[in-house]
Amino acid sequence: MADLSNYRFTPSHEWVRVEGSKATVGISDHAQAQLGDVIFLELPAVGAELKAGAKFGAIESVKAASDLYAPVSGTVTEVNAALTDHPEFVNSDPYGEGWMLRLDTAGDGGGDLLDEAAYTKLVGA
Amino acid sequence: MVEFGGFDMPLQYSTIREEHIAVRTRCGLFDLSHMGEVRFSGDSALEAVQRLVTNDVGRLEVGGALYGVMCNEAGGIVDDVVVCRDPGGYMVVINAACRAKDTAWMRGHGGDASFEDLSDALALLAVQGPRAVGVVAGLCADDVTDVRPFHFRDTQVAGVHAAVSRTGYTGEDGFELYVDAPDAPGLWDALLEAGAAEGMIPCGLGARDTLRLEAGLRLYGQDMDDNTDPYSCALGWTVKLQKGEFIGRPALERLDPKHPPRRFVGIELQGRAIARHGQRVFAGGEPAGEVTSGTYSFTLDHSIATASLGGDVPADAELSVDIRGTVAAATVVPLPFYRRPKGA
Repeated sequence: MADLSNYRFTPSHEWVRVEGSKATVGISDHAQAQLGDVIFLELPAVGAELKAGAKFGAIESVKAASDLYAPVSGTVTEVNAALTDHPEFVNSDPYGEGWMLRLDTAGDGGGDLLDEAAYTKLVGA
Repeated sequence: MVEFGGFDMPLQYSTIREEHIAVRTRCGLFDLSHMGEVRFSGDSALEAVQRLVTNDVGRLEVGGALYGVMCNEAGGIVDDVVVCRDPGGYMVVINAACRAKDTAWMRGHGGDASFEDLSDALALLAVQGPRAVGVVAGLCADDVTDVRPFHFRDTQVAGVHAAVSRTGYTGEDGFELYVDAPDAPGLWDALLEAGAAEGMIPCGLGARDTLRLEAGLRLYGQDMDDNTDPYSCALGWTVKLQKGEFIGRPALERLDPKHPPRRFVGIELQGRAIARHGQRVFAGGEPAGEVTSGTYSFTLDHSIATASLGGDVPADAELSVDIRGTVAAATVVPLPFYRRPKGA
């Protein structure tokens, strides 16, 4: 198991890892397992402004298409280009290689999000 | 697990991709016990099935099977079915979700033939893929390797009586095994054990759907329903007007098979986004129809779909699909999307 002590989770199954004013965003292991084989990701471009709780993209598996919601507000500084050809990284390594965006958060630390224990309880794992 | 036609069924055992690839390259085992089976017997069995089904059941020999549709008086499809002729009658395989509707319809229009609903008594397991015939043949009391496509043979498989049918819903070679329901768990285990050395894995509803769509096979309720005539979903080849009277024939005779009300097409999409049932299709920017089924093709590595277009949409129109607000360009391609290599 990955060490998730510095990850925070949304009830809509995104995670964020905040380091100072930088943040990395992805979806949880529970979410990828529910979706199954991820086929396609629709992600914002570098420079896009994300607002906490607002839709920032979409993820599609054979089973379903789901919207993605920003765990924190911030400006996109990097998009995981590897996911264009290898969306399956979201399945194989949701907390590592399967990351989606890096943000400049201008101080939004996601303090009101769920920690690992609270999220695990939420999804009943 | 998901609810499907009143059954709790696994959508996947491992992953849809893994299961899909197993069936295309090795083999997979499916539990299709949700499928319904009914049987007509007695002197008027043939007459009953001929009246109900559009295809010509009269040409079936004992041990033969046939795909077709049942139509209502308006020519709409009640269900798509496989008819199997045994020495004493005809077994008709129906969709689980249609069981109540179909059995009421068939009882009402079956005339003097005796009718039984065997759906609860029978289970159905399928072994599909290039290595499927070998796996099943190794467990059979009689040779089944010479059973031709759309034929079946009664034999013992792993010690239980089964009708071993060279049919399927995946585009691959293989068998479907009809057995008494109590025998199914033991047969499942025996098949899994025998198939392990050949790389066989259990497969769920998810892979069944991606495999059937690549193979260009229809799914009732999605690609067609009570309001779809067979020509409008490219199943005109199952309509045999010359065989005589059958339910829906007068309505179908009024249609032009070459220019039906709707045109059913296969489309390939650029990009990986999946077109899904009900999404709108445009031709040159104008509304032209809707997606009936769509998925990501693990064999072809792009998005595929089938669509129902207005009958007057030109064959060479530039199509696009509105996928959740994003317009994806689409190209019409011949069905099926996938055809298994010859000799495989």
